[in-house]
Amino acid sequence: MSVEENKMPKRSPFSAQIDLAKFELATEEEKRQQDVMSESTTFLKDGMRRLRKNPLAMGSIVVLVLILLLIIIAPRVVPYTYSGIITVDGVRDKSAKNLAPFTYSKLEQKYIDEGGEVFPHILGTDEMCRDYFMRVIYGTRVSLFVGLFASVLVLIIGVLYGSISGYAGGRVDMFMMRVVDIIYSLPDLLMVILLSVVLSQVITFQPGSLMAKLGSNMVSLFIVFGLLYWVGMARLVRGQILSIKENEYVLAAQSIGAKSGRIIKRHILPNCISVIIISTALQIPSAIFTESFLSFVGLGVQAPMPSLGSLANSARDGLQSYPYKLVFPAVMICLIVLAFNLLGDGLRDAFDPKLKD
Amino acid sequence: MSNDNGYLVEVKDLKEHFPVRTGFFEKTMLKAVDGVSFQIKPGETLGLVGESGCGKTTVGRTLLHLYKPTGGQILFEGEEVTENNINEYRKKMQMVFQDPYSSLNPRMIVEDIIGEPLDVHKLYSSKGERREKILGLMETVGLNAEHATRYAHEFSGGQRQRIGIARALAVNPKFIVCDEPVSALDVSIQAQVINMFEDLQKKLGMAYLFIAHDLLIVKHISDRIAVMYLGRIVEIGDADEVYHSPKHPYTVSLLSAVPIPDPKTAKERQRIILSGDVPSPMNLPSGCAFRTRCPYATEKCAAECPSLTDRGDGHMVACWNK
Repeated sequence: MSVEENKMPKRSPFSAQIDLAKFELATEEEKRQQDVMSESTTFLKDGMRRLRKNPLAMGSIVVLVLILLLIIIAPRVVPYTYSGIITVDGVRDKSAKNLAPFTYSKLEQKYIDEGGEVFPHILGTDEMCRDYFMRVIYGTRVSLFVGLFASVLVLIIGVLYGSISGYAGGRVDMFMMRVVDIIYSLPDLLMVILLSVVLSQVITFQPGSLMAKLGSNMVSLFIVFGLLYWVGMARLVRGQILSIKENEYVLAAQSIGAKSGRIIKRHILPNCISVIIISTALQIPSAIFTESFLSFVGLGVQAPMPSLGSLANSARDGLQSYPYKLVFPAVMICLIVLAFNLLGDGLRDAFDPKLKD
Repeated sequence: MSNDNGYLVEVKDLKEHFPVRTGFFEKTMLKAVDGVSFQIKPGETLGLVGESGCGKTTVGRTLLHLYKPTGGQILFEGEEVTENNINEYRKKMQMVFQDPYSSLNPRMIVEDIIGEPLDVHKLYSSKGERREKILGLMETVGLNAEHATRYAHEFSGGQRQRIGIARALAVNPKFIVCDEPVSALDVSIQAQVINMFEDLQKKLGMAYLFIAHDLLIVKHISDRIAVMYLGRIVEIGDADEVYHSPKHPYTVSLLSAVPIPDPKTAKERQRIILSGDVPSPMNLPSGCAFRTRCPYATEKCAAECPSLTDRGDGHMVACWNK
């Protein structure tokens, strides 16, 4: 180092020349780093990197994962079911009504005193002597399932419809969008109520199947989601495609001779995937909320299957004596909806190319 | 293969009109291209110049059936290219686009962008052959093999344009439409890309339709030049002929606007500044479209539209004034 320093010309006083002694020679490794381009980042990697930097989005992912683990593990650990009356030593415990969290009924206390073991009622019991914790867990399961399923339904129908309409353009687009406008103007809650009334008369499910457990109200909710809620997604995708279609790479693909299907699949959809991901993430909480609302007004899942909305509704009756029963499902709804919303916002910040520059 | 007159591409009276909504029920035709005819020989470069909005790009795109022509014929090697047999000609005619930023899909790696024509036309039998062909193309346009797995946004404008050129070359075309391929690039990069176009032509023997609005570039690369004004060709001829002895008043004024790098010569030169704006292509003036801005316009110009007439050596001019 000292030898090289001596080689450097001395700065003459009063000159505007930069003092060369302040410079350091680049090491071999630094020179090599100049030759190598930065690591190639894909769109997904880039977005995930930005998502990881967002504490709110990461926090909501953690919350959602915890909730998911809870609803998967809890039914395997806790010995109660969502529909069965609590039994002590094979005997139905009619005294275990409206217990406070972590308390035992007289029968259970007697059984414990005799040396038996009773799993604690983490959130107490309801007025039908059922373990409230398990009901909240199953309610969360139902709500999440409805939210995810409805969003997937909306995603598939909306993306298909929107991409066809946007790509075809002209009269086809005009006609398809007028259909969307008409559907947009239908009152969705009224449609749910009407459909569930009609469907409960028309459809009979095999007893014991998942659909039968959820009840006709839920099936009609899915149908309504499939019929009505996709229009927002369809409009969004169409708008994206209309703007992407104008890019020269689409023309280039046409001049190569690529077919329409290939152009949509390879060139157009990958470029609007960020919008689709974001709006699906934001669709989930809105579906959960709709389901909870319908269950709250009594149009949701069929008893004894609980959902967060129907739990909140039944807790309303005893609100004066047992206010905590409203708190648990309400907190759960809030946590899920808030987490999905924050995650959706985080995804938008991370993946929306418009915010990038 | 070769037909009687030896032309590779022949365009006869090509018309492209776009309907534009002007009212609730009214539609006016925008005559972007209105009766354009020219011929290109194998291995030749025809430069197409004109100010923005005169229909240069539309000519290029209609030629490749990216827009359905309203009228006229496009012949390739003497045979007519139509809607039905266009896929056959997609392997023979290709296009290089103007904007190197929007002409490459941002979600695809370079290898797939260049390989797409190969995929579409199934021009390989194995994965290895595909990769070999792509690497060969990348070498031809001066890209490194290590660039193959990178995304388009990681490259500079000049490199992106090279990727676009490699994509056009993938099918071994005989004719390439270059739609202002250098106007979005820096001047120093322009020279590199232009020289590459020339080298490729020498090596592969393709014909170009070179669209640009920079007369100097067009003069440099073209064998012949066509000048367009409002959807029509007003002058077409040998590059040197058109550049050094322009006949049409529009060409003369265009040439007088070419910047000269020597300030002394530039001062002495007389600039012809056209008065008025370009008329709307939706409402063209009667007769010669240029008459509203032409200093030599007569009554005849307003009454009748002049057609291209030969002024010797294939130098065709559409003007009543001799």
